[in-house]
Amino acid sequence: MLLIGFTVVGWLVLTAVVYLIALGILSVVVENRRKATDRLVRGLVTVAFLLALIPLVSTLATVIAQGASQISWSYITSVGASTFDPNTLTVTQTPGALQAIVGTLIITGIAALISVPIGLFTSIYLVEYALPKQWLARTVTFLVDVMTGIPSIVAGLFAFSLFSIIVGPKAFSGFSASVALSVLMIPTVVRACEEMLRLVPGDLREASLALGVSKFATIVKIVLPTAIAGLITGIMLAVARIIGETAPIFLAASFTDNFNANPFEGPMQTLPVLAYTGYAFPGKDIAASNASAWGAALLLVILVVILNLIARIVAKIFAPKGMR
Amino acid sequence: MSKRIEVNDLNVYYSDFLAVEGVSITIEPRTVTAFIGPSGCGKSTFLRTLNRMHEVIPGAHVKGEVLIDGNNLYDPGVDPVLVRRQVGMVFQRANPFPTMSIRDNVLAGLKLNNRRLSKADGDDLVEKGLRGANLWNEVKDRLSLPGGGLSGGQQQRLCIARAITVSPDVLLMDEPCSALDPISTLAIEDLITELKEDYTIVIVTHNMQQASRVSDRTAFFNIAGTGKPGKLIEYNDTTSIFGSPTMKETEDYVSGRFG
Amino acid sequence: MQSAPTSSSGSAVKTSSTTPLGGGGSNDSTATKRSTRVRPGDFIFRGLSTGSAVLIMVILAGVALFLIISAIPAITADWSTNSQLNTGPTAAFPNFWAYVGPLIWGTLWSAAIALLFGAPIGIGIALFISHYAPRRLASILGYLVDLLAAVPSIVFGLWGIIVIRPFLLPLSDWLSANLGWIPLFGGPVTTTGSTILAGALVLAVMILPIITSISREIFLQTPRLNEEAALALGATRWEMIRLAVFPYAKSGIVSATLLGLGRALGETMAIALIISPAILVSVRLITEGQNSQTIAANIALNFPIATTLQRDALIGTGLMLFVISLAVNSIARLIVNGKRGKRKKGKDKPSTPGPLSTLPSGDFASATAIDVVAGTPRIGVSDIEGPTPEEDIEGARY
Repeated sequence: MLLIGFTVVGWLVLTAVVYLIALGILSVVVENRRKATDRLVRGLVTVAFLLALIPLVSTLATVIAQGASQISWSYITSVGASTFDPNTLTVTQTPGALQAIVGTLIITGIAALISVPIGLFTSIYLVEYALPKQWLARTVTFLVDVMTGIPSIVAGLFAFSLFSIIVGPKAFSGFSASVALSVLMIPTVVRACEEMLRLVPGDLREASLALGVSKFATIVKIVLPTAIAGLITGIMLAVARIIGETAPIFLAASFTDNFNANPFEGPMQTLPVLAYTGYAFPGKDIAASNASAWGAALLLVILVVILNLIARIVAKIFAPKGMR
Repeated sequence: MSKRIEVNDLNVYYSDFLAVEGVSITIEPRTVTAFIGPSGCGKSTFLRTLNRMHEVIPGAHVKGEVLIDGNNLYDPGVDPVLVRRQVGMVFQRANPFPTMSIRDNVLAGLKLNNRRLSKADGDDLVEKGLRGANLWNEVKDRLSLPGGGLSGGQQQRLCIARAITVSPDVLLMDEPCSALDPISTLAIEDLITELKEDYTIVIVTHNMQQASRVSDRTAFFNIAGTGKPGKLIEYNDTTSIFGSPTMKETEDYVSGRFG
Repeated sequence: MQSAPTSSSGSAVKTSSTTPLGGGGSNDSTATKRSTRVRPGDFIFRGLSTGSAVLIMVILAGVALFLIISAIPAITADWSTNSQLNTGPTAAFPNFWAYVGPLIWGTLWSAAIALLFGAPIGIGIALFISHYAPRRLASILGYLVDLLAAVPSIVFGLWGIIVIRPFLLPLSDWLSANLGWIPLFGGPVTTTGSTILAGALVLAVMILPIITSISREIFLQTPRLNEEAALALGATRWEMIRLAVFPYAKSGIVSATLLGLGRALGETMAIALIISPAILVSVRLITEGQNSQTIAANIALNFPIATTLQRDALIGTGLMLFVISLAVNSIARLIVNGKRGKRKKGKDKPSTPGPLSTLPSGDFASATAIDVVAGTPRIGVSDIEGPTPEEDIEGARY
């Protein structure tokens, strides 16, 4: 399968190169240099685009091909574990992702609960309250931009440091991972919500204010409802983005085979970390660990797809014109 | 509930920029007053100071007084939110709330301020507001549909219904017909004539025929050049402004020699 | 003053008799007299909003502070004598700086290679979508590229292991055999494919979306008139792009590239899974075990097995990564903002946001969320010049 993949890709690249060269030469001969350059560039940017589609298709195809065999009802509903049989001295691995699914949902959920209010209120501050030249607004806008560039692993280190200073050693917990994810999620939420709030026409705010409605009521009852579709979509997409984060959760919540649904106590397993450890720190049965990793990866992709679909559907349902 | 507006030597600023300078004007109750003038002369800016709407632009402020029945809008203790309940406003572009039905749009001013209304009271107010805006017959069967589905002229009348349902004393209109076709414009002009029975109306318009059709008195604003402040040039009965203006600039403008 | 305030003689109806309209007449003249009570809703809401904005500054400061506090013990320790640090993964290094130096090199090196692949392709895609693809297809094609950003990084890592590594093996063999005398391709050639070349290629795929979405945004903002003027002078499409689009978009392209660099610097999983590393300074691309390690991957691999002080050392390297990516991102944003400032200069607009202020941060969220608010026009895309001064006075709203 890999060989076929390689030859297909190889052929594609080869065809593209031949096509471009032929095109260039033909154009020089038939037309002129300027036209030839023009055609060459058109060909190049088209190839660049097609080139980008290869990894997209290839990644999705690979994760489906590798993960599909792993995913079953029992994989989703049972706790994965490895049991050591002292009589035969063998380790049997039970595939299962329940603890990882639960952990992912809990950690992401808490992260969203922390990030959404902070992010939404900050965007309201930036759009509705801040004067454009105010230093706080400019500083916050800049910091939010910069925050979007914080490496995710740094967020994990931050949460780990924070909790080991507060709680002491062995500070791994789901909540700590949620804090790490919040650092990554807040700027995304701010940017998405800010953009949506700015799309609400100023006319509507004026109409409301001119009716003698206070600013608070104008924001809560006019601006937010008008932007609600975009806000929910933006937030869903922000969740979809952090749900796949691996490094920060790995550092802050560590990993475990145990089922742990308490975010404030002890390590917690998650899907991305299960996918990572399945390859980086495999158990005795390496093949089984790797297979489990692919199962987790496919589940993760499915979750991301679901979140994206929900975001799209919400956008359709709550679109302002269709209300009532 | 119609009230008299008295403006004394008002300067309007955007940050440091003086946009309108030294306006003094008295607007009598139950009249229609038209503000005319070339683009950028500050007539809309001035209009927005009459209900403190200009303050929503960061940095905008005024010096001077605006008295409504003797109470200065710009006294330190005055709440601009309450001012706007007394002085309603209709905008250039019809702006019904897209998330609300026609009925809710009419009642928006009350509902957004948490006024509890019984269904019957609400129905009465909606009918009264829509009848007041000459819209009732056209929309009475589809009150629960979104306001955005109406035609441009109907939307603008919906906005007028919304503005008068909070029962203001004064109604400001900022080029209410500039985005409408002639038939819708006529409907609104008829409406203005009716509304004058109950409200003090101030209308900004670019259309001099419109000013002469609907208004009792007309104020002409002009600007000396880009970057200079707008000024009130002449204020008089509409017939005088268009028939025998005293200022040369006014004459040039109304006779179509510039602007 | 030349205004002619009228004689109010005989013009208006002087009656002030009350004719209340409808039942809603709760307003009376005392309403305006009432002193400005602070509306609790307004006060709380403004407080919450401003507080959240301040909280963001606190969080960012907190990130720096806690990293510093945790890292200090390891940075100040003498690594050769410390019993925790002279064993295990930190054994070979006399002090923190000797440890972090090669890691910084590895981080920069892998990101640079990723950029070498990713930036031209990303910019090419942006150009394709903005100026070559059919208008109707453009948004769909943009969405496809944004989809790349939605794929979790760990999935790319796994994909790199089983697809990219074997895919590059023949190339590595060929390079080693024919160009082995170049230091880049020197050293024993890989047999598994766990090279920095493979890692960087996966990184390149991961930074494509951010580079594309920002460049695309900037290309679309080129003044239409400039483009049409160039075409009207008989320029081919490429000449038009070179003459009208690139000069306008230059700084945008630079900052898009820098933001891509920022993302590549911090990416962990792809590198941690694919590369077989060593902590050393090396430019070799196609060996295994001799590849420079990156900070992020080193943390991910060693964190679970590290002792307390070793963890502090890893946090110290994370602090360095934080500083570097903060610097790269700040420079990128300052270039964008600087451009915005320059274009706005001389205009005292009260508030209308400039075209670049709606620049997406290149993530999937903002890039796609834009399309979904139905019926509301994009702000700022076509509004390059902003309102004229005249409109500023009459038309400035928010």
